[in-house]
Amino acid sequence: MAVATTAEPAARPVRPGRRAPLAWIGTVPFFGYVAVFLLWPTGIVVLDAFKDTTGKFTLSGVTSLWNPAVRGYFIGSFKLSLISAVAGAVLGAILAYCVASGNPAGAVRRVYLSGSGVLAQFGGVTLAFAFLVTIGPTSGLLLRAGWYYSFPLGIALIYTYFQVPLMVLVFLPAIDGLKIQWREASENLGASTWQYWRYIGGPLLAPAFLGSALLLFANALSAFATIEAWENQIAYTVPQQISTSLSSEVGLSNINYADALAMGMVIMVAIVMTGYALLQRRAARWLH
Amino acid sequence: MAALTSLGETPAETAAPRRQGMRARRRRRLNAFRYLAFTMFGLFFLLPMLAMIRFSLEGSKGGTWSLAAWRDIVSYQGVGVPPLMSAVEISLELAVITCLVILVLLVPTMIWIRLRVQWISRTFEFLCLLPLTIPAISLVVGLGPVYNRIEHYNLSALMLFWVYVVLALPYASRALAAGLNVLDVKTLSEAARSLGASWFTVMVRVIAPNMWQAILNATLLSSALVLGEFTIAYLLGYNNLQAELYSISRNTPNAGVVFSTSAASLLFAFVLLLILSYVGRPRRRG
Repeated sequence: MAVATTAEPAARPVRPGRRAPLAWIGTVPFFGYVAVFLLWPTGIVVLDAFKDTTGKFTLSGVTSLWNPAVRGYFIGSFKLSLISAVAGAVLGAILAYCVASGNPAGAVRRVYLSGSGVLAQFGGVTLAFAFLVTIGPTSGLLLRAGWYYSFPLGIALIYTYFQVPLMVLVFLPAIDGLKIQWREASENLGASTWQYWRYIGGPLLAPAFLGSALLLFANALSAFATIEAWENQIAYTVPQQISTSLSSEVGLSNINYADALAMGMVIMVAIVMTGYALLQRRAARWLH
Repeated sequence: MAALTSLGETPAETAAPRRQGMRARRRRRLNAFRYLAFTMFGLFFLLPMLAMIRFSLEGSKGGTWSLAAWRDIVSYQGVGVPPLMSAVEISLELAVITCLVILVLLVPTMIWIRLRVQWISRTFEFLCLLPLTIPAISLVVGLGPVYNRIEHYNLSALMLFWVYVVLALPYASRALAAGLNVLDVKTLSEAARSLGASWFTVMVRVIAPNMWQAILNATLLSSALVLGEFTIAYLLGYNNLQAELYSISRNTPNAGVVFSTSAASLLFAFVLLLILSYVGRPRRRG
């Protein structure tokens, strides 16, 4: 890529605010890559959702989304994501505040941040195994809970294991952005801790908090590995159902059903992420 | 420049004076609350880990200890799956390739956008965040046809890196942007250019060394993602580490080696990130 950019006849002085007519060529590799591996597949999903196996236009895939059984998977996904997002956001915000109010170069902050970086990404198969030996039927060590197979609460508890770290990662910058002067000013005016949070800290952090919670919701919605490794007999959520219809014996006849489900998920997450973007814009007004 | 780079991306300075902002009594109460919270969260995060490690050390009879499962990591051969070690290798190689590709793709593009094509930056940021909004499982459905074409040329699981780069885009681009934000890219490059440097020199020898911490950060976040990825590999039928662990656990329930490998991979990633947080600590002026 560097080669492509060096080839640019770039001896011209850089004039701020003026477009260099051919300079955009340097960004072609990036946009090309994203087009092939992100936009094209998404386009395929959306287009194929409206096709049958012979490639003719049909609405049968999309209308199957209104089928009560299919609606059940979407509702299951929604419940699971909602519970784990709310729990993860509240607990994560508390933990983030505890981390932020400590020594910024201290070991506690480093350990929790590194741990969060790992656990937020490692929410996959490994996590299911860890909980399997902790509270599962073969647990030789700890309490054996019977409720862990219940949906959605049992799975939601396991999801908080990667939701809380993610919340710490995305919410910490907002807490770090709270200016100490605001706290001092409120204390000098006689505000109690409760009043500070109720009238100053809370309203300031609210957009960032809601935005992060939405991100967590989207994260739980697309999570697949954990639930698949934990319970692969019963499909509760949309991702499980997509996986089943992709890998079932009758695969081909189901492909536009999978496409319709996938499109339904993209739409669901897109709505959530639009909300996130709007809230981020609002949060940015004060906290920078 | 040293002063600029040393800012890194730890928002350290802003948080430091907070402790003086509160009265002593409140500070004590807050600290009590903090330590209580750290203990509770610590337990919540550590217990499943410890349970997993304990289980991986379980001997052939209940209650005994043995290192067999850990020794098995290098030699384990599951029923109907390739050797475990080959999957570990694939995941590690994938991590390296993904990181290289993402750096080569992002770093020059981001610098170039800042220098010459500012007007495109909105679109660029939007595209970088887009993978967060498209669930991996939906991406798989659409990637099927794309990968069918790739398979014409090569069947290796290493081909997964094409998608992993896309998945890592949001994390890597944010880490790199944090590094670039504290640099005066324009002045640096104008100075270098007026001294006769080529664009290649500007990027590789002037700007990149000034943001090495951001580059390291992006690398580690991307590797953590690749090492933990399951959905795409599993559904496209490739055997990376996670998919392999999954199929071993399906064929041989409670195989100790599954737990020892899981624990090992988690510890590996954690230690890497912890080291980074110390390597990347703000340097004192000098």
